Amino acid sequence: MIRTLRQPANWITPLVFPLALMAVNTGGLDAATNIPGFPSDSFLPFFLAFPFIQGSLFATINAGVDLARDIQTGFLNRLSLTPMSGTALLVGHLGGVIVLGFVQALWYLGAGLVMGVRLESGFAGAAVLFVLAVLIVLAFGSFGAFAALRTGSTEAVQSLFPVFFVFLFLSSMNLPRNLIETDWFRLVASANPVSYLIEGIRSLVIFGWDAEALALAFSISIGLAIAGLALSSVAMRGRLART
Amino acid sequence: MVSAIEIRGLVREFKGGITAVAGIDLDVAPGEIYGFLGPNGAGKSTTVHMLTTLLPPTAGSAKVGGFDIVDEGAKVRATIGAALQEAALDPLLTGREHLKLQLALHGIPRDERPRRTDELLERVGLRLAADRKIGGYSGGMKRRLDLALALAHRPRILFLDEPTTGLDPQSRSALWDEVVRLKRDEGVTVFLTTQYLEEADLLADRVGIIDHGRIVAEGTTASLKAEIGRPTVEALPANGTETRSLEDVLRRFGELQPSTAGVAVRLDGRGDLAEVVRALDSAQIRVADLHLHAPTLDDVFLAKTGRSLEGSEEEPSAPE
Repeated sequence: MIRTLRQPANWITPLVFPLALMAVNTGGLDAATNIPGFPSDSFLPFFLAFPFIQGSLFATINAGVDLARDIQTGFLNRLSLTPMSGTALLVGHLGGVIVLGFVQALWYLGAGLVMGVRLESGFAGAAVLFVLAVLIVLAFGSFGAFAALRTGSTEAVQSLFPVFFVFLFLSSMNLPRNLIETDWFRLVASANPVSYLIEGIRSLVIFGWDAEALALAFSISIGLAIAGLALSSVAMRGRLART
Repeated sequence: MVSAIEIRGLVREFKGGITAVAGIDLDVAPGEIYGFLGPNGAGKSTTVHMLTTLLPPTAGSAKVGGFDIVDEGAKVRATIGAALQEAALDPLLTGREHLKLQLALHGIPRDERPRRTDELLERVGLRLAADRKIGGYSGGMKRRLDLALALAHRPRILFLDEPTTGLDPQSRSALWDEVVRLKRDEGVTVFLTTQYLEEADLLADRVGIIDHGRIVAEGTTASLKAEIGRPTVEALPANGTETRSLEDVLRRFGELQPSTAGVAVRLDGRGDLAEVVRALDSAQIRVADLHLHAPTLDDVFLAKTGRSLEGSEEEPSAPE
């Protein structure tokens, strides 16, 4: 956390940029609300899920870069000479990512509420939203950690950002899947796990309690988190290579 | 006596057929400073990485502090401190924060950490810079902090991998003083790798010289040099007509050696430099210049490998 706080670019960018992009898209795509079947009268509540996902990507890449830098400088070797287990080192690293993810979620939701968004699921829904947001950050963060541990390269971790961004754009970020007319795009968005993460958060804002959307979002985020943690744990064991 | 470090047939191979350590055997006694001397790429750092459990050996065995490096890695790590080739510090943290983190990770009780932090900072001369970020530290300061971090949990055995490379003479001297103090006052065993002859000569109780992954010579610096030969005295007569007289005097102390500058004799134990000077004075022979050439560790390396250690070309490094 100390290192994160001392690198303003690592937390200012995730806090500011997603909201800026949200403002731009909301202004530019508001006409989409006129499409029959669009689930909300205003584009802002529809799009509020976006910064949660994009912010997670920023936090993930920044944290992954920090871990890769620790490998490059030998700092991870220093940590591995202590009694700490590889798992503990990984948990410590991801703990910082989770805290930042929670702060980001608070910020985005607060910004949304200030801009007039009303959370249909109420206070309980906000609590569920935070849990989901933290799970998403953990999932992405663990993949970022895996990339860092596997490659030991800050450049390799940074190169993941456009890859993750493609997943974000090829999703139901801008339109509900049932309103996407282009067949291939709708198919890709339906196969893209990020769509379900967005829809889970969105459902808490617009619909209230959508069991199916929430079940899918939680299942996928938990599944991704388990996969990411498993991969990064194996990568940590290989990276430490301690006897 | 149980060795602090015991190595038997240690081997480390890397992909591509690179053999960084080709089978070494050595013992380091408790409280000893052991100098591991060799050119770049000789296998020094790879050996240290294996002994500090950061790298598993391909073959052979080793015990550090009585614990096997393969089967008892956690116990080895609890026993040792290590300052590796890279200072491995986070530029965003301060010196004090590094120490607090290190102490916490080693399980030092919370109420003991502030006192121990201050003690270590004082010892390495970083008390005034303790609350500055590492990014603002000089190379010497980083190395001193590195040493403090290695000592945080009071290890019995300390590994220093080329600790003074890149340091200015003052920082180097300060670090040498601390190493000597650790051995003298606390009985810490020090395994020191270096490519600097002066460092090995000054600090080490015993030296092992490694080349291409094998130990080519081992012993005290005095015994290693004595193996190569005795010192040579070379004198340049002030007056060319006294060359014959000079030879007669020097012949009393050993066998004359070829010399381009004047007359040289390899001392065979019948007298030292002071006695040579007295003899020249008694014979009233004036000399313009007088040199004592003692064998160096470089001479030892040259005799064992056919190459000079100083100025030796950098060998391809084994991947870590």
